Amino acid sequence: MLQDYELQVIKEVVSCVLILGGVTFMFIATIGLLRFPDFYTRMSAITKGSSLGVGLILIGLGIYFNQPDIMLKVLAIIAFTFITAPVAAHVIARTAVRNRSPFWSKTNLKEFKPYLDKEHLEKVKNHDMYRAEAEAQVEQKPNGGGDT
Amino acid sequence: MNTFYLHSALSFIAAYLITHRDPPPLPYNAFTAAFVFLSIFWMLWLTTYFYNRVYFRKMPKVIAFGAFFIKELIVANLKIAFDIVTPHFYMRPTVIAFPLAAKTDLEITLLSCIISLTPGTLSIDVSEDKEVLYIHALYVKGNDIEHLKHKIKDGFERPLLELTS
Repeated sequence: MLQDYELQVIKEVVSCVLILGGVTFMFIATIGLLRFPDFYTRMSAITKGSSLGVGLILIGLGIYFNQPDIMLKVLAIIAFTFITAPVAAHVIARTAVRNRSPFWSKTNLKEFKPYLDKEHLEKVKNHDMYRAEAEAQVEQKPNGGGDT
Repeated sequence: MNTFYLHSALSFIAAYLITHRDPPPLPYNAFTAAFVFLSIFWMLWLTTYFYNRVYFRKMPKVIAFGAFFIKELIVANLKIAFDIVTPHFYMRPTVIAFPLAAKTDLEITLLSCIISLTPGTLSIDVSEDKEVLYIHALYVKGNDIEHLKHKIKDGFERPLLELTS
């Protein structure tokens, strides 16, 4: 039989590994938020990495305290996070498309074209074209603003 | 579904009563409580063979689907983490138009939530007639969109439709 002391050590090691894993996932996701090229890939990196990280940290916490009521609350928090995070991500992504947030220039948009044409969002299609257009607008603005 | 709620409530109450007996029959911690809860739930599941055959058949599928989903979550997260840490970008982002076999609002919501939770794929919008789901995917191997569609269809949509129907 395992001694009480050994059980304690196993419990601490397991919770430590889980919490460190969760923190690492969140840290890497945050680096991805800074590194990735466009809005949508950043969204992909941050929402998933952080929800998995939160899950791992909370499970580690529940194992560390080892009380049934804390474990129940931890599981409830994980369930609600996993229900609400994708809904938020979906709404933010759709708002970005509606607001013509540009895609990365390497993105394959072949199957998305009908949707963009239907919603009159042609500007989203090409990152570089959008940028050139925006710069042209910025250059024109001071002249137009001076008259009014 | 009702059977599931009823059984969860029953086994929760039973586990609470068993673990809170005055001379504690088992050591009071989270693992014994979870063990008692799961064993009572398992026994109740066995009894459904006699009065709710559909529930009896669905439960293993639910567990298999959950395990598959967690495996997919961790593997894909590691993939993205690898891509973030190494200097070169291996991703080829694509927006795919996924033809939906799910028809009701609940099924579409669940499917898009699961797709959004799996790293690398992010559901952007549903077309107005609820026929097509637009998904932003990071990793499309060799620009093979059909392969990814088949993967989503066989991995997520078919089990989900089997469970909700």
